[in-house]
Amino acid sequence: MQSLGLEVLFKGKNFARLLGGLWTALQISLISIAISMVLGTLLGILVGRKNGIGRVLMRCYLEFIHIMPQMVLLFIVFFGTAKAFGWNLSGELSSVIVFSLWGTAEMSDLVRGAVTSVPVIQYESAMALGLSRPQVFRFVILPQALRRLIPQSINLITRMIKTTSLVLMIGVVEILKVGQQIIEANRKSSPNAAFGVYLTIFLLYFMLCWPVSLLARQLEKRWG
Amino acid sequence: MAKILPLYGKAAVLTVRIGVLGILFAMLVGLLCSVVRQMKIPVLKQLASVYIELSRNTPLLVQLFFIYYGLPKIGIKTDPETCGVAGLAFLGGSYMAEAFRSGLEAVGKIQHESALSLGLTGLQTFRYVILPQAFAISIPGITANVIFLLKETSVFSAISLMDLMFTAKDQIGLYYKTTECLVLLVVFYLLILLPVSLLGSLLERRVRHAEFGT
Repeated sequence: MQSLGLEVLFKGKNFARLLGGLWTALQISLISIAISMVLGTLLGILVGRKNGIGRVLMRCYLEFIHIMPQMVLLFIVFFGTAKAFGWNLSGELSSVIVFSLWGTAEMSDLVRGAVTSVPVIQYESAMALGLSRPQVFRFVILPQALRRLIPQSINLITRMIKTTSLVLMIGVVEILKVGQQIIEANRKSSPNAAFGVYLTIFLLYFMLCWPVSLLARQLEKRWG
Repeated sequence: MAKILPLYGKAAVLTVRIGVLGILFAMLVGLLCSVVRQMKIPVLKQLASVYIELSRNTPLLVQLFFIYYGLPKIGIKTDPETCGVAGLAFLGGSYMAEAFRSGLEAVGKIQHESALSLGLTGLQTFRYVILPQAFAISIPGITANVIFLLKETSVFSAISLMDLMFTAKDQIGLYYKTTECLVLLVVFYLLILLPVSLLGSLLERRVRHAEFGT
């Protein structure tokens, strides 16, 4: 039986270090998620309004963020702005900026979709019943829109958690980087460490995202 | 600039080649999974579900690292290109499966029953009646997945594939022409992704017309 390289995990603090790496990545995603949820909701409500230039700018921003791979955005913020403005952003800060920009765009799309998914007749009927505009929004539109929005935003959260693994590429020491370090350090004693370590990282990500996905699906089923 | 441009061209071709291959395999995997689940074949059905959950809840970068650095340790060796295609197929398969599933579910039961009552066999029903309709309905989902997967190819540079990201990073390191290299990077990705995105919205409109027709 060939060694699967799992023994490395039980040496010293290796497993704790891996978890620490995961926590670094998770912190970046959690901060970005918080920013995105707030800004995205605001933007999603505002973008529905019709006012000339702001709307055009907004569309450009959304389209650009949607079509560019997140890696490209990371490179632009991490390498590009350093050159253009002469500042020196840390990898962590750059990734928070990029994932917030991206998350905001995605979230605003979800919000807009959720609000427009409520049929016009709902507005009209509520108005006809004599509700004021804030009342219509608060008691009629919001509850219906939220049922659609919440499962989708939970899905966005798992997507953002998964995407933060990219920060490896701009030198942030997250779980994959820690994994590489562990593998390098134990090259002699356990040459098969790569299998065990990467399998563990794979499963850790799975255990992190799976419950969240299940929750989203449950809510979708209940409210769908 | 004249020196860099051909490099970017080559990298773009590589990106597109691996992307297209990976997406084709992803569609195949997705179709298999959704058919297996639709027909409720025991064992295979559970396997498909496990695969879909695993693939949807882990990042492509981690999957690639596992395939490229992990699997050789137990004797499965692959070159970077095969690994990229395999990774994309592994990730995309589950997304495609979901797209196909929603299509299959949208085809009414009456279609199935009518086809059977006309004397078609189960396989014929699936091939000539269910599949074409399901495919048309899943087109918006599929194009969204295609764009998503093409964007995901940008992580291939992590397993030393000379794709656009890799070339950009390489050139920045060599000449310090950061701005030019990044602008080119954006331009090349736009060249690849914009047509697909436009084609996608065109197709979507046609599908909507098709729906009105019924």
